[in-house]
Amino acid sequence: MSTTFAKAAEAVEHAARLEHVSKSFAGPGGQQLVLDDISLDVAPGEFVTLLGASGCGKSTLLNLVAGLDKPSAGSITTQGRPALMFQEHALFPWLTAGKNIELALKLRGVAKPERRERAERLLELVRLQGAYGKRVHELSGGMRQRVAMARALAQDSQLLLMDEPFAALDAITRDLLHDELTRIWAETGVSVLFVTHNVREAVRLAQRVVLLSSRPGRIAREWRVDIPQPRRIEDAPVAELSLEITEVLRGEIRRHGQH
Amino acid sequence: MASTDTAKTVLGKAGSIEAGSVEAGLDALETTVTSRASFRQTFTAKILPPLVATAVVLLVWQALISFKIVDDPTKLPSPADVGNEFKDAWLQGTLFDYIWTSVSRGLLGFLFALAIGTPLGLVVARVRFVRAAIGPVLSGLQSLPSVAWVPPAVIWLGLNNSMMYAVILLGAVPSIANGLVSGIDQVPPLFLRAGRTLGATGLKGAWHIVLPAALPGYLAGLKQGWAFSWRSLMAAEIIASSPDLGIGLGALLENGRNASSMAAVFEAIFLILFVGIAIDLLIFSPLERWVLRSRGLLVKG
Repeated sequence: MSTTFAKAAEAVEHAARLEHVSKSFAGPGGQQLVLDDISLDVAPGEFVTLLGASGCGKSTLLNLVAGLDKPSAGSITTQGRPALMFQEHALFPWLTAGKNIELALKLRGVAKPERRERAERLLELVRLQGAYGKRVHELSGGMRQRVAMARALAQDSQLLLMDEPFAALDAITRDLLHDELTRIWAETGVSVLFVTHNVREAVRLAQRVVLLSSRPGRIAREWRVDIPQPRRIEDAPVAELSLEITEVLRGEIRRHGQH
Repeated sequence: MASTDTAKTVLGKAGSIEAGSVEAGLDALETTVTSRASFRQTFTAKILPPLVATAVVLLVWQALISFKIVDDPTKLPSPADVGNEFKDAWLQGTLFDYIWTSVSRGLLGFLFALAIGTPLGLVVARVRFVRAAIGPVLSGLQSLPSVAWVPPAVIWLGLNNSMMYAVILLGAVPSIANGLVSGIDQVPPLFLRAGRTLGATGLKGAWHIVLPAALPGYLAGLKQGWAFSWRSLMAAEIIASSPDLGIGLGALLENGRNASSMAAVFEAIFLILFVGIAIDLLIFSPLERWVLRSRGLLVKG
């Protein structure tokens, strides 16, 4: 029943390891089981998407891995404190884009003279050079998510958790951010655990797609995605695998209508 | 950053050159350039309307006198009479003394209230027991007219400056503390979660996340706190006058009444109003606008 942030040197074979993790909340009809016996490993540098319909507890699972909540049973080990990106950008409006990134650096103890330069480099990484002094409200939705990504990367974590980070964006921007994320993932070698309910997005991005069933969330099936990057969401192999996964997903959802 | 896989980098770069330029185009399309209004626009939108309103009030007032609708200088002095009172006070060099006596008291009292109200608000917002114990009293105190504190303050402290400060504190501290409490209550939970994942917990979280996020509510509390300070002070100065206390604006008003000089009474009322508005316009409004604008919360009208 614990979440452990191991020191980076201790465990190198897993960026995150979930062992028999369960979570229940006190509900109106007694204890409500949200996650049931989830075991999952994320290898260093691996890109895994967690896919599921409403009620599969995918956001709960990310909260547990991020250490924002404790599992009811089982254990979670990660390399250091994971970085977390939300559906909303969650940038602090009282700081500029650059200062948002610098706050992340400051909170993990980066010395002041270094911060500015690092923040500029991270903004370059997400292709926002020149946005350092911009206020959050002066940026478009896509630009905000890219600053949020830079801030998450500023934590220099081995593991980046993403909670439907592109769900609120328009389709054009989302496609571009998929390309950006793939590029940044390749350039930094960070491990990514990405939660979504969008099957094509999951296939477009991941090396491994993990399908969660709903109420309670259990691991239903897993797919390896061997389509080479860079992929596009319109590519035939992406569409083909998406169809297959969608069928299984719909089967999972159908079960809930039968009783 | 962790180790870089060169094979992946090559793949990533090949696909992203095009994406980069498309993205730059999209960024340019979605960024709107906002420019500040010119002086002319500001003048017609912000400065002209209050000037017109003031002119209309003066005209109506003068009309009441000129057309002998009110023909009793002890009830309604003419604008010129009141103007002469200002002129006399100015020529005698006492005008700024009146203002400064009250303003220095008011601002100093307000600073004390700030120093007490801020930690008090923090504790009430963050400590559940304290909140349950004194939270309701604190919000209730806001509706208690601060004049009510003048008699006990005189009895406890006598007719002196400490009594004035006590009345200001009792008027302003609840507003400031309540402003901070409601500011903290309205901090979006998302900011707290984001702060925690960045490692801002405990005092670091309070300093880097909670306080800046609560700033707009806190400023609204300060603004109200100043209004309460000023009102309490005027009540105290009117009720408790003594030669030792010097002549502030409240005492000026009371002296005017004792001398049955309606022009002096009007002069004092105008000065009290003027100082209250001036402090708000010079200090609190710019501060509030600056905070809201920098967060994109100010809708341009």
